[in-house]
Amino acid sequence: MCGIVGLFAKNPDFEAELGEHFALMLREMTDRGPDSAGFAVYRDAVPFGQIKLTLLAPEGFFWPDFEAALHSAFDGIERFALHGNHAVVVTGVWLADLAEWLRAGFPQLRVLSSGGAIEIYKEKGLPERVIEHFNVAAMSATHALGHTRMATESAVTTEHSHPFSTGEDLCLVHNGSLSNHNRLRRELEKRGVRFATDNDSEVAAGYFTWRLREGDTLEQALARGMHDLDGFYTFAIGTRDGFAVLRDPIACKPAVIAECDDWVAMASEYRAIAMLPGAASAKSWEPEPGRIYSWSH
Amino acid sequence: MPTKKNGRADRAELRSRLRPSATFPRDVIAEIQRAADTGIYDIRGFGAKRRVPCFDDLLFLGASMSRYPLEGYREKCGTGVTLGTRYASKPLELKIPVTIAGMSFGALSGPAKEALGRGATLAGTSTTTGDGGMTPEEREHSELLVYQLLPSRYGMNPDDLRRADAIEIVVGQGAKPGGGGMLLGQKISARVAGMRDLPEGIDQRSACRHPDWTGPDDLKIKIQELREITNWEKPVYIKIGAARTFYDTTLAVKAGADVVVLDGMQGGTAATQDVFIEHVGIPTLPALRQAVEALQEMDMHRKVQLVVSGGIRSGADVAKALAMGADAVSIGVAALIALGDNAPAFEDEYNALGSSAGYYDDWHEGRDPVGISTQDDELAARFDPELGGRRLANYLNVLTLETQTLARANGKSHVHNLEPEDLVALTIEAAAMAGVPLAGTGWIPGRGTF
Amino acid sequence: MTQVFDLAAHSTRELNQTLQRPNGGSTIEQWRVIHPNGAHNLAVGIDAPSRIDIEGHVGYYCAGMNKYAHITVHGNAGPGLAENMMSGLVRVTGSASQYAGATAHGGLLVIEGDASSRCGISMKGIDIVVHGAVGHMSAFMAQRGRLVVCGDAGEALGDSLYEARLYVRGTVAGLGADCVEKSMKDKHKREVEQLLAEAGISDVDGAEFRRFGSARELYNFKVDNAHAY
Repeated sequence: MCGIVGLFAKNPDFEAELGEHFALMLREMTDRGPDSAGFAVYRDAVPFGQIKLTLLAPEGFFWPDFEAALHSAFDGIERFALHGNHAVVVTGVWLADLAEWLRAGFPQLRVLSSGGAIEIYKEKGLPERVIEHFNVAAMSATHALGHTRMATESAVTTEHSHPFSTGEDLCLVHNGSLSNHNRLRRELEKRGVRFATDNDSEVAAGYFTWRLREGDTLEQALARGMHDLDGFYTFAIGTRDGFAVLRDPIACKPAVIAECDDWVAMASEYRAIAMLPGAASAKSWEPEPGRIYSWSH
Repeated sequence: MPTKKNGRADRAELRSRLRPSATFPRDVIAEIQRAADTGIYDIRGFGAKRRVPCFDDLLFLGASMSRYPLEGYREKCGTGVTLGTRYASKPLELKIPVTIAGMSFGALSGPAKEALGRGATLAGTSTTTGDGGMTPEEREHSELLVYQLLPSRYGMNPDDLRRADAIEIVVGQGAKPGGGGMLLGQKISARVAGMRDLPEGIDQRSACRHPDWTGPDDLKIKIQELREITNWEKPVYIKIGAARTFYDTTLAVKAGADVVVLDGMQGGTAATQDVFIEHVGIPTLPALRQAVEALQEMDMHRKVQLVVSGGIRSGADVAKALAMGADAVSIGVAALIALGDNAPAFEDEYNALGSSAGYYDDWHEGRDPVGISTQDDELAARFDPELGGRRLANYLNVLTLETQTLARANGKSHVHNLEPEDLVALTIEAAAMAGVPLAGTGWIPGRGTF
Repeated sequence: MTQVFDLAAHSTRELNQTLQRPNGGSTIEQWRVIHPNGAHNLAVGIDAPSRIDIEGHVGYYCAGMNKYAHITVHGNAGPGLAENMMSGLVRVTGSASQYAGATAHGGLLVIEGDASSRCGISMKGIDIVVHGAVGHMSAFMAQRGRLVVCGDAGEALGDSLYEARLYVRGTVAGLGADCVEKSMKDKHKREVEQLLAEAGISDVDGAEFRRFGSARELYNFKVDNAHAY
């Protein structure tokens, strides 16, 4: 059970301060999710032909050795930046080659995200800590999705935190509890989707990745998901250009959306939106069950 | 073929040749026939009837060369328990580690509820309301009363919340984790109907989820609301049926509970589908172990108290539950039996109902000849609440004395000092479920070695 | 004399302690509560006929278990508005999230905007008047009381209904188990008009409403109704 938040800049001038407001939204959801927090931020888009990865290392991992090995294995490492135990790598190398090299040589590293703009960060502990650790308030981005976690059926670890990304520039945060994810996970694994945890939300992310890979649009994938995924959910999904929100047909898990000229925001509780500039006059509403809401640049 | 002259002997000879099916034994055949007759599932009261691994499969080690017992009488063995120390300004102080579980007025008669209050008060412990709200009799006669907040919210109101000594949010019960309350028309008397805002004589349909919250993230806010309304004085319990107990306990703590009440599958009910009672939920034994593990992992053991119910019958059960880490236990079915349910004196009337003393579980029908699980005024009038209260107090006294006897034998000056290392198991299943070694070996299945 | 309570400067705990049972007998207290900012559990458990205006949006369970007080939210309300209210009046000028008026026993709840899903769930005597629409599963297991909806109603209206009376002016997306349309007689029209008047709604005509109630087929179990369970 958890809190989810999302913020999308409609006005490009808002991008510079997006992180500042997003950080406050995330912190406001601490009560719903004190165990861990994570977020996906879309920024610093890389040129065509390059790809950006976020990597998560276990405690005590020695990055300098890794960086050296990376440079010696591949030409075309454009950027390597460290944020605590996360690293952002920008490169022109084929993702498949890089992923295989990582699996073979550094299996303890997790690829949290890959794509043109997305970066994912997650950490155990209070959202307050996560925000400070990654200096979210200083980030400038086109959009961001976040999650504060109260663990239900799986353990409290960094890997089990949301957002989950199983496809390029794609991420998912989830408030609720799925009930048929175990069987679905086995079926998706047969179709080549890889899972790192036993978390139900990761199965939902994997499911959407599979559908998109099969050629569905995001709307088609979500519509199909409503049929195939069983349980309670409010999903917020991030894509390269925007985000989407979907509530299951029973719609017991809360969700509020607000929109004004500068931004669109979504959250589990209104108080996470209340502090945004212009919130008082923004249009706010509850998404209807089983209806896909989406925004993109 | 049996002849008239030797009928009995021939019938006996016939029966000796007949071979029953293990897949379709007599009671299963009877149930299929009943289903074909009526077209509705079998509804009954009581808890799971089948044998599951339970406290009977555990033994205490007792005293030895290395561990010394306490003398009875002179060397005290304390039994007091405090429930609700985490947030409440007025926790409950109990003299004994046994409480009376929630049972509704509606399922039980007014005199029965009064008797529970009288008996509990004599023994220095609490009773709990049930679905349908708080009756004046129970509040009057119960020194300590826990008020349940159930999905139905029948009779819920802020005045009773403030009159209560503690609040118990019912997420589920052991007999039917995931099921709602059930009360059939024959027990929806005028008084019950009035308390529940229902038409008289109809079958109550029940919600299984709470109407205004879903999930522990919402529950956290709901608990704060209840605390705000009651000035943060009263302990808030969360009652769960044994299912995914490790996670449920963790979430109950995260949602803000002062006390976790855990009801194993053997727990009773006034009325539920037989399939629900027998086939959903896990036994009290493994659930208790999981709950304690969850509390210990969060460093909340003894800080959030744990009350366990579901098949508590004797002081041995109480002592074993405490040894495994519970702070207290709760009794339901056992309390009713102590009051007089299924008493042999009423055998003829039980026969007339198609049952027998010791087997009667059609509590949903409301025709209980003892006057406990009925709303019929005439039947209820047979039940003497003062006598019932005395009987319950006697039984609670015996439970306490037995618990103390076992605790002293294991060298404990307070029943809370019983610990898992005082226990061994008789079967592999019980060893695995309780997390204690098989007697005479060092083996806990799943961990350790021979 | 109206007193002001600033939630930016004081806690929810202090608010509720101040409002719940005011000292002094004869005067009815008047309060303005400012800067709610979506906070939860505001003005819960009040037990006095105070007049309270909350200026801004509120979170969960505002006015929960209210007795006697008249509480107005000038903004939107989160889930469980006026849940288990016993008496009094609760009004929201904007919209209310799900479970508005849940399990409430009495009083009047007025929602000037829309109500979300499960409006009036398990209601036990409250009157609810919604100027806008209500979401799905509204009046689920509603036992007693009256729900008046000037706008549309979502799917599964009145599922498992007992004796509550439902009136809808707009379209009904679907009826729940055992909920059926019933005739609108003069007495029903008068009932609607009286509730609308109490709610202060005058731009709507009682004659435009349809009535819904329980078919009472599920009151005692019959095997042929098994599919409804």
